[in-house]
Amino acid sequence: MFLDFFYNLRGRGLKVTTHNWLALIEGLGRGLHGDTLGGFYQLARCVLITSEADYDEFDRAFAETFRGVPDHTRAVLDHLGAWLSDPARLLHLAPELREALQSLDLDELRRQFQERLAEQKERHDRGSRWIGTGGTSPFGSGGAHPTGLRVGGGGGRSALAVAEQRRYREHRRDLVLDTRQIAAALRRIRRLSRDEGSPELDLDETIGATAKNCGDIELVMQPPRRNNLRLLLLMDVGGSMDPHADVVSRLFSAAHQGGDFRELRAYYFHNCVYGNVYEDAHFTRPVATQQLITELPPTWLLILVGDAYMHPGELMMSGGDWLMSGRGPTGLTWLARLANRFPRAAWINPEPPRLWTTGTIAEIAGVYPMFHLTLDGIDQLVQHLRRPPSPERSARVARLARVDA
Amino acid sequence: MRYSPPVQQFTGTREYIASPELARAVDVAVALRRPLLVKGEPGTGKTLLARDIARFFGRPLERWHVKSTTKAVDGLYHYDAVRRLHDSRFGGEVGDIARYIRLGPLGRAFRSAEPVVVLIDEIDKADLEFPNDLLHELDVMEFTIMETNETVTAAHRPIIIITSNNEKELPDAFLRRCVFHWIDFPDRALMTRIVRVHHPDVEDQLLAGALDAFYALRGVEGLRKRPSTSELIDWIAALRHAGIDPAKLLGAGIPFLGTLLKKEQDFETVDRRLKRGAIGR
Repeated sequence: MFLDFFYNLRGRGLKVTTHNWLALIEGLGRGLHGDTLGGFYQLARCVLITSEADYDEFDRAFAETFRGVPDHTRAVLDHLGAWLSDPARLLHLAPELREALQSLDLDELRRQFQERLAEQKERHDRGSRWIGTGGTSPFGSGGAHPTGLRVGGGGGRSALAVAEQRRYREHRRDLVLDTRQIAAALRRIRRLSRDEGSPELDLDETIGATAKNCGDIELVMQPPRRNNLRLLLLMDVGGSMDPHADVVSRLFSAAHQGGDFRELRAYYFHNCVYGNVYEDAHFTRPVATQQLITELPPTWLLILVGDAYMHPGELMMSGGDWLMSGRGPTGLTWLARLANRFPRAAWINPEPPRLWTTGTIAEIAGVYPMFHLTLDGIDQLVQHLRRPPSPERSARVARLARVDA
Repeated sequence: MRYSPPVQQFTGTREYIASPELARAVDVAVALRRPLLVKGEPGTGKTLLARDIARFFGRPLERWHVKSTTKAVDGLYHYDAVRRLHDSRFGGEVGDIARYIRLGPLGRAFRSAEPVVVLIDEIDKADLEFPNDLLHELDVMEFTIMETNETVTAAHRPIIIITSNNEKELPDAFLRRCVFHWIDFPDRALMTRIVRVHHPDVEDQLLAGALDAFYALRGVEGLRKRPSTSELIDWIAALRHAGIDPAKLLGAGIPFLGTLLKKEQDFETVDRRLKRGAIGR
């Protein structure tokens, strides 16, 4: 059951490490769970989970694994005892976990464990737990405390009832939350450098220079450290994007206010990018796409926001742009040209990833790495943009950008 | 495996009511000798927790308030080169560098002869690399003063409490070493006890009415900043001072709304709902 829990957590994408799992076992060995399922729930959660965003998933794994286990029994302890005393089970462990476990003094742990079980039985008979033993046992202690509050008995609602309530749903990271959180995520792509701005005193260098100067003060100035990142943001508006207008505007205001970019330029397009993008969402002030490609240096970051969902003709045929008459490069060519100019580029899609494998979305995902418009997705985008672009993608993008040029 | 002697279980104190989950997390952190990382809505008592743990275990508290410019070494020690330079220019004796080393909060805790509680407050305010720079010191509990080549080793492992407001993500390597607890917003029962700590003689009727109004306000959708515990306590103080009739708390206008809401848009949102009678009934 314990291993089930471990693999259930891992299976749900929670980053439970061997290190933390061992800490849980150590905690159980010391009786930190207070012999209740509720205590075990609290112990496991605070040791294994490192973000409130994962509480909900933890609750679900816990409820699934321990459903049917009676609370206030030693069932949980007994399971662990059996587990520890059965070497055959240890063989099924991942090698790293087994190795780490073997480095623990298992016999010692088991012995203390048994002692505790025996001790606990007596206590149960008398019906009073947590009254100080005052001894040297690592499991003892507790004792009367100043305010007389009952803790450690895990009273109140049962752990399962608590876990099944899913109280932490609103902290999940795969939901889009507020602007501030998006801004906090975006801020992590920053790249700090010193190149311009009014100079400030560099104390360390000043001390060094002054020392070399035989103690006559020599001031050293330097430009302040600033975020050197410039962002080009292109947003799809109207049509199939209408249901997402609210989230997109939240993303925009997050980038605008909280992103802390050196420079931010935002333009709008409809469906797909063609010869022009627009300064306003009503498509009245056009800016030539080619002008952006020519003017802005390739160090700019490019992020497109859209559902990438359109009629195939709008992406693949010349003249797909309904705002302009006449023929020109296809939407896909324009997208590839932008990606070719700005190698650090990504696409944010408000539609769920299960829809991304077909049609125009798949075509565009071949040009731009695509991320879901949720906090998780933006986290992944930030991580992606911190790495260098993949050579295969760059080659494919360069080829697409040359077509019918 | 080393076992430390049994410790008393943390239960909160008269001034600070800890939920069972939080008390358990403190116990676990103390027993497993790991830092306790506490997050939660503003106003749920993250910073006060350290003070309270120190009181409970009868240990001194070292506070380290992190700012955006704080570096990891600041918590360990500070070498006052400017003062040394100053002394040298005016003929002082500057041969002994150790005179110009001042220990930071963590450094003092390591050096202390008795076990200490250390609060690292708002760790997310500092640079992204800040927590990583502390990993080694928190693991082995020692550091070296570069200027004097002196190694400071902790005589007693301090209890370390770290708070974060989620401004920045903390690195995985750092998180893995911590015991983590998210302070839930207190439910009504816990909140009643918390309020009674601050206002021991508050009338039951006023308290019930205030809590009704408070939770109704928190339930209003679209608030930019929901009122928190500390605001509730201030508000009840104001209500008592003015002698407001508890029956009128959710009527036409909530008295002293400014102690509960801090954003202008929130006033408008609540005002609209109140006029429609959409709050609390």
